[in-house]
Amino acid sequence: MIRAARQEQAVAPRSADEREWTRRHLLDVDDLTRDEVELLMETADSMKEVLGREVPRVPTLRGRTVVTLFYEASTRTRASFELAGKALGADVINVAAGGSSVEKGESLIDTVRTLQAVGADVLVMRHGSSGAPHLVARQIRSSVINAGDGWHAHPTQALLDLYTMRAHLGDVRGRRVVIVGDIAHSRVARSNIWLLANAGAEVTVCAPPTLLPAGLRPGDPPNEELGALPRVNIETDLDSAVEGADVVMALRLQKERMTGGLLPSLREYATLYQLNEARVARAASGALVMHPGPINEGVEISPAVASSLQSVIDEQVTNGVAVRMAALLLMCGVKSG
Amino acid sequence: MSEITIRGGRVLDPANGLDGVADVVLRDGVVAEVAKPGGKATGETIDASGLVVCPGFVDIHAHLREPGFEHKETIETGTLAAARGGFTTVCAMPNTEPPTDSAGAVEFVLRTAAAKGTVRVMAIGCVTKGRAGHELAELAELAAAGAVAFSDDGAPVADAALMRRALEYAGMLDTPVIDHAEEPALAAGGVMHEGWISTRLGLRGVPAAAEESMVARDVTLAEATGARVHLAHISTAGSIELVRAAKARELPVTAEVTPHHLALTHEAVLTGPSAQRARSESGQLAYDTNAKVNPPLRRPEDVAACVAGLLDGTIDCIATDHAPHATQDKLCEFDAAAMGISGLETALALCLTALPLETAIERLTIAPSATLGLARHVPGIGSLSKGAPGDVVVIDPEAEWTVEPETFASLGKNTPLAGRTLKGRVVATVYGGNVVHDAR
Repeated sequence: MIRAARQEQAVAPRSADEREWTRRHLLDVDDLTRDEVELLMETADSMKEVLGREVPRVPTLRGRTVVTLFYEASTRTRASFELAGKALGADVINVAAGGSSVEKGESLIDTVRTLQAVGADVLVMRHGSSGAPHLVARQIRSSVINAGDGWHAHPTQALLDLYTMRAHLGDVRGRRVVIVGDIAHSRVARSNIWLLANAGAEVTVCAPPTLLPAGLRPGDPPNEELGALPRVNIETDLDSAVEGADVVMALRLQKERMTGGLLPSLREYATLYQLNEARVARAASGALVMHPGPINEGVEISPAVASSLQSVIDEQVTNGVAVRMAALLLMCGVKSG
Repeated sequence: MSEITIRGGRVLDPANGLDGVADVVLRDGVVAEVAKPGGKATGETIDASGLVVCPGFVDIHAHLREPGFEHKETIETGTLAAARGGFTTVCAMPNTEPPTDSAGAVEFVLRTAAAKGTVRVMAIGCVTKGRAGHELAELAELAAAGAVAFSDDGAPVADAALMRRALEYAGMLDTPVIDHAEEPALAAGGVMHEGWISTRLGLRGVPAAAEESMVARDVTLAEATGARVHLAHISTAGSIELVRAAKARELPVTAEVTPHHLALTHEAVLTGPSAQRARSESGQLAYDTNAKVNPPLRRPEDVAACVAGLLDGTIDCIATDHAPHATQDKLCEFDAAAMGISGLETALALCLTALPLETAIERLTIAPSATLGLARHVPGIGSLSKGAPGDVVVIDPEAEWTVEPETFASLGKNTPLAGRTLKGRVVATVYGGNVVHDAR
């Protein structure tokens, strides 16, 4: 008992006490400052320590309510947020859009206003439409954490990916990160591109042109406008893309890309873009293999690579809980010290 | 005998090559004369000194929403908005519910406008039954009932064979077909211009090629049939180049652009209205649904091409594509939001941000009238010729004002210009010799 109490006191991230978290919502990673990213990473370190305990639980958010509102199916992200909330002592309510008044045609705004009225401090939201969390954030007082919106962003995924990379590589500045797969329709890719480029990594995206978005296709001029896309390398050939890479991240390939005429077949995709042992061998020695899950083994990644020593895929999932605990803590305005 | 004289303004009547200080005398609802200033006036007068006086604007592309969508707009509120914007004629697009695909539906629009309208409404009939794109509507009956053009606007006539037959048949009636040029397969699911901003926002884009491939098809069919095709709201540099080439070959092709495509780019979706520069307060991207419109707002180089096209005559006229929506149609997820901008009340000012006054006025008056051949229905419309309808607008091109959507006469408050200060204000609108809008 005494031991547990002492540990509870030790939860606050010590090194973060000079910096303050002023952001009410976590909707995107593109405008996170380096200080904010550091604060998140350091807070996640403390959370990881909590998770390593015999009883991985602290009461820091006791009395707070975290609502997860998922308009799209999700296993790991939703479970990860739920675990994170519970590990911090918060009340966690899970709302799946399928089982709520959404089915009766209630609008998004009405739904979130209701959740606010029942006392949600933090709304963790996943939605199939890009920008839906931005709309919600303008309409309610609760904090909103974007747990994935359309093709736009998946901030906590990118943060846990960065956290995992830093655990192995230290600073990612100057490190070569290759993201291969369906860049065009991937919020994971977009958030990683922003976060990693802002952190100083050299990012390469690799896919056939049908899976690359406008502005990031071979031959597209770099845009110089305000708020332009980050500078990334664009490759259609995976063998040359992975050459000397420090991190190779494969993305899940959605089966419906075939019916949309974007790809001829899974077979041809696997031939050209599967992360297999031969390709990993071209990367830097000890390069990290990552995947946001869920995996289509034998499509975007070979089973041998997915379970190889270089794979940190399981670690990504574990780190996901710590990073989400950090996000919840900071959004709830829990001060350090 | 009623008389009204608009005195001492700079009279700009491009149809008659007139530009100078004069008095415009309207008698019994029609233009009696444009006289030397300072003559004796016998009836009501409007002092227009220091202001510009021109024929009432003609909008050949507006959505008045009635019947079927009266929560978005009615003929009554839409024509009130028109008067505020200086328009004395609006052509109502037929994508109502039911659509204007029968003589009875045309008669409903014209009868409602006569009873409740503030300005003149002309009806555009559907090309196909139910706007479904499968069978021709009864085009001759529509024309006989008063339809001034045919269009399935909101959608193209996607079937090329049906478009060919529509053009042949409409050619017999000497009535133009207006096509909403958009290849459905290329545009499918798109909610904004496909470019770096759609990538940034993770939104499905509509490529420029969706419009251009359909413009190319329509040009080809105009040549094949010899019938007139009018291209609605074209928006890309490539489309304008195709029209320029068609006109060089003297094909019967005309085109319009909207005021918003002359003044706004796809960045409006990213940043939102200037009044609340979205990134400032909370670091949020705007996803401004009020900037969601079809065709989408495009790149700066497309805007420049639209302006250049108007200046060199490639584009015949300006049309608002006034598309009012209710609050709930826009206050939702970007993907789910309705497409359209409530444009009648900001049209003049937007045009003046991009064009010289003389060009803007010409492209808002006689040019649209000539494009659809409206003088066949109302002689002199879009001009101050003697005997033309007594439709006059008095404007102050230098006056600045701030866009406040809540003050719009239109039920549609959906504009990406909220809070923006624009130059060019409508001071008074006279329709058929009666003052219908007075902001003196």
